[in-house]
Amino acid sequence: MPELGRAALLATLGLAAYALVAGAVAAITHRRRLAESARNALIASFGSTLVAAVVLAAAFLRDDFSFTYVADHSSRALPGGYKLSAFWGGQAGSLLLWLLVLTAYSALAVWLNRRRTADLVLWVTPVLGGAVVAFSWLLVAVSSPFVTQAAPPDGAGLNPSLQNPYMVSHPPFLYLGYVGLAVPWAFAMGALLAGRSDERWIVATRRWTLFAWTALGIGQLLGAHWAYVEVGWGGYYAWDPVENAALMPWLAATAFLHSVMIQEKRGMLRIWNVVLVSGAFCLSLFGTFLTRSGVVTSIHSFALSSIGPWFLSIIIVAVAVSTAIIVWRLPLLRSKTKLESLVSREATFLYNNLLLVALCLTILWGVAWPMVSEAVRGESVVVGRPYYDFFLRIFGLPLLLLMGIGPLVAWRRASLRGLARTFAWPAAASLAAGVTLVALGAGSSIPGLVAYTFSTFVAATIVLEFARGTAARRALSGEPWGRALGSLVARNRRRYGGYVVHFSIVLLAIGVAGSSAYDTSAEGRLARGESLRVGDYALTYDRLEERDASNATEVRATLAVRRGGDDLGAVEAGKNAYSAEQQVSNEVGIRTDLLRGEDLFVIAEQVNADGSVYFRVFVKPLVNLIWLAGLVFLAGAVIAMWPDAREQRRLAMRYAEAGARAGATPAR
Amino acid sequence: MTVALVLAAALAVACVALVALPFLREPSPDADVAAEPDERELRRLELAETRDRALAALKELEADHRAGRISDGDYRALVGPLRREAAEALRELDRWEERPTES
Repeated sequence: MPELGRAALLATLGLAAYALVAGAVAAITHRRRLAESARNALIASFGSTLVAAVVLAAAFLRDDFSFTYVADHSSRALPGGYKLSAFWGGQAGSLLLWLLVLTAYSALAVWLNRRRTADLVLWVTPVLGGAVVAFSWLLVAVSSPFVTQAAPPDGAGLNPSLQNPYMVSHPPFLYLGYVGLAVPWAFAMGALLAGRSDERWIVATRRWTLFAWTALGIGQLLGAHWAYVEVGWGGYYAWDPVENAALMPWLAATAFLHSVMIQEKRGMLRIWNVVLVSGAFCLSLFGTFLTRSGVVTSIHSFALSSIGPWFLSIIIVAVAVSTAIIVWRLPLLRSKTKLESLVSREATFLYNNLLLVALCLTILWGVAWPMVSEAVRGESVVVGRPYYDFFLRIFGLPLLLLMGIGPLVAWRRASLRGLARTFAWPAAASLAAGVTLVALGAGSSIPGLVAYTFSTFVAATIVLEFARGTAARRALSGEPWGRALGSLVARNRRRYGGYVVHFSIVLLAIGVAGSSAYDTSAEGRLARGESLRVGDYALTYDRLEERDASNATEVRATLAVRRGGDDLGAVEAGKNAYSAEQQVSNEVGIRTDLLRGEDLFVIAEQVNADGSVYFRVFVKPLVNLIWLAGLVFLAGAVIAMWPDAREQRRLAMRYAEAGARAGATPAR
Repeated sequence: MTVALVLAAALAVACVALVALPFLREPSPDADVAAEPDERELRRLELAETRDRALAALKELEADHRAGRISDGDYRALVGPLRREAAEALRELDRWEERPTES
């Protein structure tokens, strides 16, 4: 069936090219039927891409090694779930996943908005068509997953580090995030091309942006957990260029989500918002370029290929087109309102934006500088952990503090007296936490101590917000506490969903600070019966076993764990030798203490012929708060995204008032 | 191979049919002009957005004051200008509604 796959991709390219050209002609000449036809072409491109994806997935599930891509990334012994995740285990398959998500988003976006923002969709169609053309061209002409060969008896298998449940979900989530940013970008460009200065593009894409941002955040946490349990170096984030590639658009989108509130509330920052949304999308393209071009040495870059220059051209075109459209429409974007005070909510959101963008740009520089240096000077440069850690502290800690300050400051202007009153309790709580932590010995890491103190401040402001809001609601409606809290959140989903997300960032900050600033480690070569101490744990190497799994030979060392005289059971660490892939992977042992939130993390670095093993052991305090943060983040995002019927009614009324064509059903 | 070609041909026909659908459904329509708001509608929308923004700000200020997030002093300093702004936005929208339609 490779012919069907190739034909389907060719159909996608043709349909997208039609959506681009016919859509642009229809938008310029205002021809309704042509515009509908272009929109249909964009929707049909999802169908044809789905056919291509099904053909490839079926080839994986049938072990059809006549597909070169399948033979390169799968084997007969590969477990079923990983056969499916092998789909995106290489370049061509992951590009096909990108295209599938892009066409799905595009079809859904133009279909759902065909009435309310018909005049914007007129231009959104060719913009999204252009993006689909770029990716379908890569798959048709540069990196096709449908190249065939004489089928070998077995495939080469999947990179062992990708044979992990997290790798089944991590890439799709990342792509849902990366590609999802195309929708707000396309609507922003569509609004500018149509010459619209109203806020319909923001209203239309609010949930899309939140969804993409959430998916990107969850995708990164899944990737971090994968690195933690699978890569076997004792950490969860290494400032790897490809990890950074996902972080940058997330930071830009975070800045956008905050600054767009200022546009909605005050009509300000219109230029800044279209720049941010374009930056977030272009950074997501850059992220895919880094992951898939092999331009950087990374565990994620599976193959060097000729796709790099093409990808770079796509990014340059996206940046150039976005910049040209924004510059062309600058007069339309000028705000009529101005910042009234440097002590106001919009000002704190602006500071938050500047810090987020500064952090994003320093990471971008850290990623780009080695590439630029190698290309221009022929010298290899490594930008390492100290660079990133330094800027994370410089920009990240003030950001953490602002997260507590911003939502409690009044719009327009606030008096210092009022602020002192608002922040008295949170400041007292954070001061008390700081003093207690110093007394407990947490002063060994100043950044860690500051992170904990600021986290307490933010957590206190969030608790206070919920308490004050619920009390006010209760006073107004006479509802009992529980119901008052429920209706408070239901009536202000974005605000209180945002607080829950902020609380997840607090958990994340505590987890990162605890596990990186206060971790302890020990290492040594142990013969059977010998022990190693780390923190208040004592580990005794008990036995070494070898066993066969479906596609690998597993070697496991078992260690007995004791703490303060208590027997805590055993932990296993070892290595897997994969036969088809001819590779060996580290399989770490993790003992989680949920009550303390800490992990005992064991790596069997080297298994020797005499049965002795070289172990590296870490105690990671509070690391489990990072994973808990993921769940809280998701809960907050769902609350913020949940449709609000009253808001929908309000918007419907506004559009009905303004006239049918500015937001209601298009005239026939 | 043959099955693949037949399926590919079916896919191509389906795509062409979907793309051609607006022309097949309306071979010779009375009007073939895309629905777009005119200047008047856009201006009205802009004014409605300004009004909604001012009213929402006023509502949020009241809620913040009631919850104790904003002190009495800050509330008094902010509520006056916000009320004036909301009233001005409502007046502007009314003035615009009363203007005769340009055609």
